[in-house]
Amino acid sequence: MVGLVTLLVVLGILGLVAIVGIGIYNGLVGSRNQVDNAWAQIDVQLKRRHDLIPNLVETAKGYMKHERETFESITKARSAAMGAQSVSEVAKSEGQLADALSKFMLVVENYPELKANQNFLALQEELTGTENKIAFSRQNYNDQVLFYNNKIQMFPSNVVAGMFVFTKRDFFEVETALEREAPKVNFA
Amino acid sequence: MWELIRTNKRNSILLMALMAVVLLVLGAVLGMAVVGPEGGLFGLGIAAAVWLILTLVSLSSGDKILLAASGAKQVTHDVHPQLFNVVEEMKIAAGLPAMPKVYIINDPAPNAFATGRSPQSASIAVTAGLLGRLNRDELQGVVAHEMSHILHRDILYVTLAGIMLGSVALLSQVFLRSMFYGSMGSRRRYSSDSRGGNQAQVVLVVIAVAAAILAPIMAQLLYFALSRRREYLADAGGARLTRYPEGLASALEKIASDPAPQLTTAHSVTAPMFFANPFKRRRQQGLSDLTSTHPPISERIRILRGMSGGASYKDYAQAYAAVTHGRNVVPAAALTEDPIQIRQGQAGPLGPESTPMQVHQIGDIMRRVNGFRFLTCDCGLKLKIPPDFPAGDVQCPRCRRSLAVRPR
Repeated sequence: MVGLVTLLVVLGILGLVAIVGIGIYNGLVGSRNQVDNAWAQIDVQLKRRHDLIPNLVETAKGYMKHERETFESITKARSAAMGAQSVSEVAKSEGQLADALSKFMLVVENYPELKANQNFLALQEELTGTENKIAFSRQNYNDQVLFYNNKIQMFPSNVVAGMFVFTKRDFFEVETALEREAPKVNFA
Repeated sequence: MWELIRTNKRNSILLMALMAVVLLVLGAVLGMAVVGPEGGLFGLGIAAAVWLILTLVSLSSGDKILLAASGAKQVTHDVHPQLFNVVEEMKIAAGLPAMPKVYIINDPAPNAFATGRSPQSASIAVTAGLLGRLNRDELQGVVAHEMSHILHRDILYVTLAGIMLGSVALLSQVFLRSMFYGSMGSRRRYSSDSRGGNQAQVVLVVIAVAAAILAPIMAQLLYFALSRRREYLADAGGARLTRYPEGLASALEKIASDPAPQLTTAHSVTAPMFFANPFKRRRQQGLSDLTSTHPPISERIRILRGMSGGASYKDYAQAYAAVTHGRNVVPAAALTEDPIQIRQGQAGPLGPESTPMQVHQIGDIMRRVNGFRFLTCDCGLKLKIPPDFPAGDVQCPRCRRSLAVRPR
């Protein structure tokens, strides 16, 4: 009789632990999906920036004959950024790309004819919009990563996280001083 | 964020409950005056029915009615890429579940509003005048302000409160007019009644007339109190979303100094929905703070410019306290968040001369909204092709070159 009661109590406790564990596990999966989703949003905007660059360079080339180096550094930074895999790699190469682009925009200031070109202005607006969207979605991504990493490290969810191998995610930190301020695209 | 929305909700429900009391009491008093002492319940029922019908209509299609009444046209990315990009940027910053619909209003007065029942089905409308006068940072500030209205669920409450105000105004008007036009006939009927009933009836009618005059004023004051506070909060939210209070401040400054006449399609009930008070010319001078739907623009600018430390709600609350010496507008729960840094402006030096857009360019925005196409001739002339122009060649009026108009 006593044995049966003990068995029931033990089963009850085990059941309770299992239910709590399932809840924590689902919470972890949920916030990991949030992180992935936030990353996908950044990725869309980064791809859009990569797509815009060839058009921008093509349009500008006709006006800027003597700026070979500027164009080359942009093209190189772009292909490096497109090849990047991990979050920290992407952050680094995208930072370099942003640097190259802002240098390019400074050079554009010397070509008033280019600045008056409707096609170029439209591309420039798209680029500014994309840069801003990257900045704002980065904010969202980092918030989600902070939330997720906190869960993994704090008790009791760290136990479940350890059992099912939930790994910490990297923040999307930009590498350049220029990017840390704001995308410096001038269209005044 | 959520605490802010919840506090907002509680305050709004309180104010709306007060307005409902005003509405129902008015209905009861009018009922007693028209039918007799036993008509109180009848009047109350009528008031409730009017309110219910108007509320149902506004919930099901209020945004469409408002947009149509303002002459707003929905636009795509092609019509005004910058506006569309800015709305999308703010949508991302606000973490909104869906992209709001974007509208342009054909009006030279710079203004904007947001509408819609929920963040899932919101709309943002800006006037062509606003697009013509503001640079990118300023436009971003205005759109962020409207996005905050959406995020704080202001649109729903302002719509509901506006309907309540409308019901009160409607009942009062109907009663006062029927009193005025029907006074001759009804006097006769009262005198043939018994003496005592007549006396009581006269007193009731006097009370009802007073109520019919006072109730709309009371409802309006409640409505204004609700909307002014929300404007401050939306400014705080806008600064927080853009992380650049100067953009919003500069936009307000340009709007305040704008020479264009007031918005033609605005109405006193729709006024609180706009970014800046659409009746600035007539109302802003002299009248007290109580009767305005919006805080004074100069005060809004000074608060935004006073945010030196950062762009969070806390910074706004500090700047607000410093400028107005009043009590806090931001609910305490929203003050605990992490600091947010102010970023650099993008659009270069801000000032009235930084966007030299002319009146004809504002006209071009509207032509594009209405389906016009633009062809630039090699001689530099810009041809505006109306939407019903048949495909084929068109001759440039200046240099006689022939330009191809592609079929759409």
